Amino acid sequence: MANLALRDLVKTYDRTEVLHSINLDVQDGEFVVFVGPSGCGKSTTLRMIAGLEEVTSGTVEIGGQVVNNLEPKDRDIAMVFQNYAIYPHMTVRKNIAFGLRTSKMTRAQKEARIEEVAGILGMTEYLDRKPNQLSGGQRQRVAIGRAMVRDPAVFLFDEPLSNLDAQLRTQMRLEIKKLHRRVGSTIVFVTHDQVEAMTMADRIVIMKDGHIQQIGSPAEVYHAPANTFVAQFIGAPSMNLLDGRGTASGVTLWTGAALATGPGAEGKALTIGIRPEDLHVVESGGVLTGIVSVAEPLGSETLVYVDVDGKEIIASASGRTPPVAGDRIALDLDVRNLHVFDAASGEALA
Amino acid sequence: MAIAEDIRIKPSSETLLRPDRPKPPLNYAQFIRWALLFLGGVLMVMPLVYMISTSLKYSFEVYNLNLIPEEPTLENYTYVLEDGRFYTWFLNSLIIATLTTISTLIFDSLVGYVLCKFKFRGRYLIFIAILSTLMIPTEMLVIPWYLMSQQLGWLDTYWGIMFPGLMTAFGVFLMKQFFETVPDDFLEAARIDGLNELQIWWSVAMPLVKPALAALAIFVFLGNWTAFIWPLIATTDTALYTLPVGLSSFGDEADVAWELIMTGAAISTLPTLVVFLIFQRFIIRGVVMAGLKG
Repeated sequence: MANLALRDLVKTYDRTEVLHSINLDVQDGEFVVFVGPSGCGKSTTLRMIAGLEEVTSGTVEIGGQVVNNLEPKDRDIAMVFQNYAIYPHMTVRKNIAFGLRTSKMTRAQKEARIEEVAGILGMTEYLDRKPNQLSGGQRQRVAIGRAMVRDPAVFLFDEPLSNLDAQLRTQMRLEIKKLHRRVGSTIVFVTHDQVEAMTMADRIVIMKDGHIQQIGSPAEVYHAPANTFVAQFIGAPSMNLLDGRGTASGVTLWTGAALATGPGAEGKALTIGIRPEDLHVVESGGVLTGIVSVAEPLGSETLVYVDVDGKEIIASASGRTPPVAGDRIALDLDVRNLHVFDAASGEALA
Repeated sequence: MAIAEDIRIKPSSETLLRPDRPKPPLNYAQFIRWALLFLGGVLMVMPLVYMISTSLKYSFEVYNLNLIPEEPTLENYTYVLEDGRFYTWFLNSLIIATLTTISTLIFDSLVGYVLCKFKFRGRYLIFIAILSTLMIPTEMLVIPWYLMSQQLGWLDTYWGIMFPGLMTAFGVFLMKQFFETVPDDFLEAARIDGLNELQIWWSVAMPLVKPALAALAIFVFLGNWTAFIWPLIATTDTALYTLPVGLSSFGDEADVAWELIMTGAAISTLPTLVVFLIFQRFIIRGVVMAGLKG
C-alpha cells in the first residue's frame, strides 16, 4: 500500500490539452473515486497513473517515488478494466495466476495465494472454469482477483461496473467496498455514475473538461458543491437552479419572491440552487406556486415536475398522497438549504 | 472462446418454439436456387472425379472421356507408389509446405499485430505498401526471384524454393483484421501484469486469434502444397522436386503419362483433404470474419 500524488499533471494530444494541471493527494488506504461525464479526462488520468498513457508534463508519484518513466509493471499497481480483460482461453485459476507470472514466488506459494484470493472473492469452486462459463458478476470477480493476487500498492478501477445490470452493479458495489475494508488498499476508481461515487468513495474527485471541479467527501460535494456543475452532477434528480438577484437582506427569485439568505451579494446576478428534497409541497403559502406537469411515483416518494412561471422545477412529495399532473401546488423551502452561486462564473458564494 | 461464440449460428426462436412445424412445399425460386447450387457442385467436383477416373484407367483409355473406366485398374497406383521418387517429392512438398506455413504464421501475425496494435507514424503507409504487393502476379515476380536466387546461390536448395512464401501480404492483412477483434484491454492488462511485448503477442493475442491462424495455416499449406511455377523454376535437381513438379515429369515430350500424373495427384490430395476436413470449420470462420473469399 502507498500514497499516490499527482502534481500539475497535464496531457496533450496533438497540441490539444485534454487534462489541465491536475493536482491530487491520495492517502494510503484511501478510496478515491473520479467521477464526471464522458470525455472529462477521468480515464485518461487513471491511465496515466497506470503508465498506459504518457504524461505530457507534471508528475505521478506512488509511495513517494516519481513513476513517470517507469513501465506499468514496475509501478506496483493493478488495474481492473471495464471489459474485465480476463482471458477467454484461460481458466479462472490461470487468469488469476497470470498476475503472478513475473513474481518470484514458488509454485506452492503461488497456489496458496490463488486459493486465498479465490476464497476472499467466493470463487474457489469456479477455479477450473473458463470465463464463458461464468456470469458477469463472477467475471468481474475474476478480474478483481487477478488484480488482488499481486497485492499491489494501488488498485486502479476503470469503470468496472458499467457492463453489469443494475442489480448486479449494486451488489458488486457493496462487495468492492467490503473488499476495500478488508484489504485496506489504496484504490482509485473511475466511474461516470455519481451514485457509485457517492456510495463507495472516501473522497470524490469531480471532473469536467479536463479540470478538477471539486475534491471532497460525498457529504461535502453533496451539501456544499463548489459550483453549479457539481451541484447538478451530484444527486439524482439534479439540484434545481433558479435565477435570482442579490438584495440587501438576501436574494430575490425571478418570480419576485424574496428570500432572507443574508447580505453580501447585493445587486449581483445569482443562481440559487435547491435540491428537490428540500422543496416541500404545502397546502397554502409557500415561496413558489405552479402547475404539476408530470408526477413520477417512486414508492417512498413522488417526484413532481412543476411549471413555475415557465421554469420547470423538480420537487419531492410524499409517496402516499402525491399531487397529480394538472394540480396547482405551492412549494416551500428552508433558506438554510439554499445554495447560492455567482450567475456569471457558476462558483459558489460563501 | 468469446470471439468464436459470437459467430456461432444460433437456432432461430421460431425453430425453438415450433420444432414440429411442417416443411413448406418447395417453391419455384427455391427449386432454381437448388438447381444452380447442384450445377455449381457438379462443376466443382467434376475435375476431381475425372482425376480419380483417369487414375484408374490404362494409358490407351486415357483420352476417352468416359467416367467409368472400361477396364479399371490399380496398376497406376502400384507403379507410382513403388517409384521411390514419389516419396522424395512427397517429403519435399511436406517439408516446404510445413516450414513456409510455420514461417507465415509467425511473421504475418507479428506484422499484422504490430500494424494493428501499435500506433506509429507511417503505419498506414506500410500497410498499404504491403497490400499493394497483392496486385503483382506471381508470373511477374518469378524473374526477379530467379535472378536474386541465382546471385545468392539459392537455386536448387529448399531455401530457394521456400523464400518467396515465407511471408505473405494476404496473411498480414488477414491477421491484422483479426487482431482488430482483440480488445486493447487484454494487452494493457498483460502489460500491467509485467509481460513484455513479445510475451503479450504470444501468450495473450495469439491464442485469441486461433481461428484466423488455423484458416491462414490451411490457405498457406494448400498454396505451397500445390505450388508449381516457382518450384519448377527454382530447381532442376529431381531430388528437390516438389510433388506437383515431380508429377509433371511423368512421361516425356512425346507422350505425357496422364494416368500416372492423375494417380500421383489423387494420392497427393489425401493429406490436404485430411487437413481440410480437420480444420474446415476454421476456414469458414476465418472467411466469415475476414470478409474474404477462400
